[in-house]
Amino acid sequence: MTDIVSAQRPDGGLAALIRHARYVIGENPVTGFAFALFVLIVLAAVLGPDIVPYDPLASDTAQALKPPSAHHWFGTDQLGRDVFSRVVVATRLDFFIAVASVALVFVIGGFAGVAAGFFGDWTDRIVGRVADTIMAFPLFVLAMGIVAALGNTVQNIVLATAIVNFPLYARIARAEANVRREAGFVEAARLSGNSDWRILAFQILPNVFPILVVQMSLTMGYAILNAAGLSFIGLGVRPPTPEWGIMVAEGASFMVSGQWWNAFFPGLALMVAVFCFNLLGDGLRDMVDPRRRT
Amino acid sequence: MLTMIAKRVAMAIPSLIGVVVVTFFLTRALPGDPAAYFAGPAATPTAIEQIRVKLGLDRPLAEQFARYVIDLGQGNLGNSLTTGQPVLTELRTRLPASAELTLLGLLVSILIAVPLGIVAATRPNSLVDHACRVVSTAGVSLPVFFTGLILVYVFYYLLGWAPAPLGRLDVFYDAPPQITGFYLIDSLIARQPEVFLASLKQLILPALTLGIFSLAPIARMTRASMLAVLSSDFVRTARASGLSAFTVIVTYAFRNAMLPVVTTLGMVFSFLLGANVLVEKVFAWPGIGSYAVEALLASDFAPVQGFVLTMAVMYVALNLLIDVLYGLIDPRVRLEA
Amino acid sequence: MKRREFLKSMTALTAASAVSAPAVWSPAKAQSRQETLLIVSESGPNNLDIHGVGTNVPGYEVSWNCYDRLISHEMKTLPNGTPYYDKAKFKPELAEDMAIGDMSVTFKLRKDATFQDGTPVTAKDVKWSFDRAVTVGGFPTFQMGAGSLTKPEQFVAVDDYTFRVDFLKKDRLTIPDLAVIVPCVLNSELVKSKATPQDPWGLEFTKLSTAGSGAYKVTNWTAGSQVVLERNDNWKGGPPPKVKRVVWRMVPDAGNRRALLERGDADVSYDLPYKDFAELKSDGKLTIVSTPYSNGIQYIGMNVQNPPFNNVKVRQAVAYAIPYQKIMDAVLYGLAKPMYGAASDAPTEVAWPQPHKFNTDLDKAKQLLAESGVGAIDVPISFDLGFAGVNEPVCVLVQESLAQLGIKTTINKIPGANWRTELTKKTMPLYTNVFSGWLDYPEYFFIWCYHSGKSIFNTMDYQSPDIDVFIDGARTAAANGDEAAYDKDVKGFVDLAFADMPRIPLFQPYVNVAMQKNITGYQYWFHRRLDYRAFAKA
Repeated sequence: MTDIVSAQRPDGGLAALIRHARYVIGENPVTGFAFALFVLIVLAAVLGPDIVPYDPLASDTAQALKPPSAHHWFGTDQLGRDVFSRVVVATRLDFFIAVASVALVFVIGGFAGVAAGFFGDWTDRIVGRVADTIMAFPLFVLAMGIVAALGNTVQNIVLATAIVNFPLYARIARAEANVRREAGFVEAARLSGNSDWRILAFQILPNVFPILVVQMSLTMGYAILNAAGLSFIGLGVRPPTPEWGIMVAEGASFMVSGQWWNAFFPGLALMVAVFCFNLLGDGLRDMVDPRRRT
Repeated sequence: MLTMIAKRVAMAIPSLIGVVVVTFFLTRALPGDPAAYFAGPAATPTAIEQIRVKLGLDRPLAEQFARYVIDLGQGNLGNSLTTGQPVLTELRTRLPASAELTLLGLLVSILIAVPLGIVAATRPNSLVDHACRVVSTAGVSLPVFFTGLILVYVFYYLLGWAPAPLGRLDVFYDAPPQITGFYLIDSLIARQPEVFLASLKQLILPALTLGIFSLAPIARMTRASMLAVLSSDFVRTARASGLSAFTVIVTYAFRNAMLPVVTTLGMVFSFLLGANVLVEKVFAWPGIGSYAVEALLASDFAPVQGFVLTMAVMYVALNLLIDVLYGLIDPRVRLEA
Repeated sequence: MKRREFLKSMTALTAASAVSAPAVWSPAKAQSRQETLLIVSESGPNNLDIHGVGTNVPGYEVSWNCYDRLISHEMKTLPNGTPYYDKAKFKPELAEDMAIGDMSVTFKLRKDATFQDGTPVTAKDVKWSFDRAVTVGGFPTFQMGAGSLTKPEQFVAVDDYTFRVDFLKKDRLTIPDLAVIVPCVLNSELVKSKATPQDPWGLEFTKLSTAGSGAYKVTNWTAGSQVVLERNDNWKGGPPPKVKRVVWRMVPDAGNRRALLERGDADVSYDLPYKDFAELKSDGKLTIVSTPYSNGIQYIGMNVQNPPFNNVKVRQAVAYAIPYQKIMDAVLYGLAKPMYGAASDAPTEVAWPQPHKFNTDLDKAKQLLAESGVGAIDVPISFDLGFAGVNEPVCVLVQESLAQLGIKTTINKIPGANWRTELTKKTMPLYTNVFSGWLDYPEYFFIWCYHSGKSIFNTMDYQSPDIDVFIDGARTAAANGDEAAYDKDVKGFVDLAFADMPRIPLFQPYVNVAMQKNITGYQYWFHRRLDYRAFAKA
């Protein structure tokens, strides 16, 4: 008896998800490509510092500004540091910036949004006002202001990115929470004696997550671009830390004199990562809610 | 219509107040001492203290804020320490520069992204569709300043096709007499075709940079909107009636698909006004973006506060304009309002 | 408005903005280009008057070219052919005669000099301008004080064309101080007519307009964008300038400035990274002139009042740990004069700047650090973000080197506007900075940088009674013309500075200028800015 039942266990949970994912990835080659790239980026972030040939911080002025060669695949920068090593090691920091920003904005934006949608009334109004005020700022300048005021550390860059994206997440989360406010499972949870906050945290927010995850992958790309823009102004991460954005910003001044590799390779890495995150967003959207495809 | 406008303005006021307050405190949180800057090199601590008192920076924050609000009410946005000019004058001269650039960038973006989106929509899931998506996403995947620098490098330095990135106008032309502040419009009004061409040439590369950066959202929205419309009843009827593909797509489908695209345009425009900052630095553009950045890095409060307030007001005005355009494009919205 | 019409009009507007074929250069434009000198730099003036409050360095350039002074300097020629100002030889500008007395100097003014509005220049204008300079405070007053010019009573307009400066004390620097930018002569009637009770010196007016008798006048100034200057054809202070019009444009991006020069779309720039200057020099397409900063040094400074750098052995250890040659190669591309590595038996000269005897020797550094008995060190190393092109790689290289000694540092970028504040506080433990003085005398440098008298340029907060004795002695000896005592004192303070090492000189920077081949007439001046009066465009 048990055997037959287990053999005919209906599809559900992880197996279905994986099958659905494989279908979506297979159907759209671009999405498949994006997923493969994502895996590569994660690998570089995790293993990067251990597998690079040179110390990303070691300067060797005798070897400064050498073009790509067998010794230095991506050439060397103005202080003689190996560009390939720096680009790979930078993956970890940029990935961290992307993930941390997104995690932070999901928590504060998502939570504020669902609270606003769920409780309505004053919560809704306050969250709405805060979101509107932030939206009224020119967003990049707000990020610049926050980093300038608090200091140019990685934490502050992450914080600035999160604040700047708060309105978008709050709005989406609020809309979803509004819809689900009267849903059956919420009623059931309430009847079982869960407090409102528990319902928000454990029932509604997890349901909103799949919708938000699409936006989150886009925000990951934005976080890295934001860091690059801040570096161009001089408010990026502190040297000599390798980070794609600051390497592009510094390397750009070498383009005119012909040392293109300084900016090209970090720029390429940055573009590939942001590209991957954007296309990933499309793929995730297809998985989560194909009706919203653009 | 008017009641809608009035209501929207009233709703926007709390946001504007929030913006004023936040900017005030944020600029005061910036490191650096305007008094020391103003006192100049070789100033002793006593001299700096004197300047601080003169600038009113020794007063408690609440009093400084009250003073700022009163000045604001009288239309006085203060003076910039770095340039020494009144902020209002500088904003007034610099705002058209940024607006002209952003609008042209948006135009370039529309001219490329909308056809891209339409083509992608008419051939969903084909190679063309994927190519369109890749191209538009690629544009937004590079930092905007890097795109700008590459364009300058290729089109000015290597090929010599584009003019020197020296700002709005080549050295040998004088600006046309100021009416709107938009060189393109003013030069036409003043009948100076040479100046018109010269300013247009200077605008090409920076507008292209901004345009590339905003391709993706517009292309995607056009595609999505067109897809939705193309599967609707009236389009099916038009096709069934034997109308040419061109008429169906452009005359019937596109016009109806435009509404969400217009909303996206509004979002993209305000997003571009922020990204402007970097493009202006690359192209030596005398706009408000570069003005604000320099002021921010110099801890110069007044321009930053003025800039943010102007942007916030423009954002509100822009959203209002979008809603009005809504009404013009789609009579259903007007009737409902 | 009907929907159709609205959409149609949008389409029409779109079509009208379409790009048309590029225009051909008209002959009128070509001629205008020939008459104009186009200068590009990163930033521009924030005030056209050097007496103004908070005037930045680019503002000094405007002042130099649009206003005259009583005297100026003759030019001598360096071995590489560059005209260089001769600090010992003065030449008349507004004054046609200078008679130096024991406790005063009397000038006879030229009778034909006029301001740009036609008013003749008289002694009362000179007096008013000098009174202004010593009264407005800030940098101009400080600079006047460097030559013992501090009280309006010192300035006497004897008659319309005779002007006397009385000395409060004998100071070798007084006459040279009259030739710097600050004591410029303004059109007192014009400026006084624009003064208000709140602004008795008319600073608001001169901020925006020039009111001088100089060779050029500002005809258009858009702050942050460009300055346009036109030649004053009635200038009497020297031979008539050849360039009719100067356009000075601000181009923030360094790569773009280089591109403009290389493509011939700009004539002059002094504002490029060292690397670009080095490469352009070897390319040979442009003329590059490199001249050492007079009386200027970039150094590593340490706060000597607080631990760990209050211990002289630690300072000496750092001096042995600096990667001097790496900095010269990778940051300066050889475009600077080393201030390190003098031979151990080389005698101390009576000159400044001169190199010290330290060089990179990590073993000696480690040994000294161990001897000092100081424990683990972890400090920020700060620099001025406004000059990040040089400062950042210097700090990164120094950081790397110090790490090998076990000294941990974190890089602290300070935006340009806050840099002065931070320096004034005298709390930064470790930093890099540049100091240079307009008056090229060793005691001048040391008075500001090493003397204990609370000078703000003594950024290390160095208090040494011994060095004060030497510095004061040198100053007195110079005023009295006592060469033997002067030489002894100068050698004394240099030796002490190198033994104590409160600041570690790194190099004497070069002033680099890039010009198109058809531009001649560049002169090196103590203020290191451009003098438009000698330029010519072939």
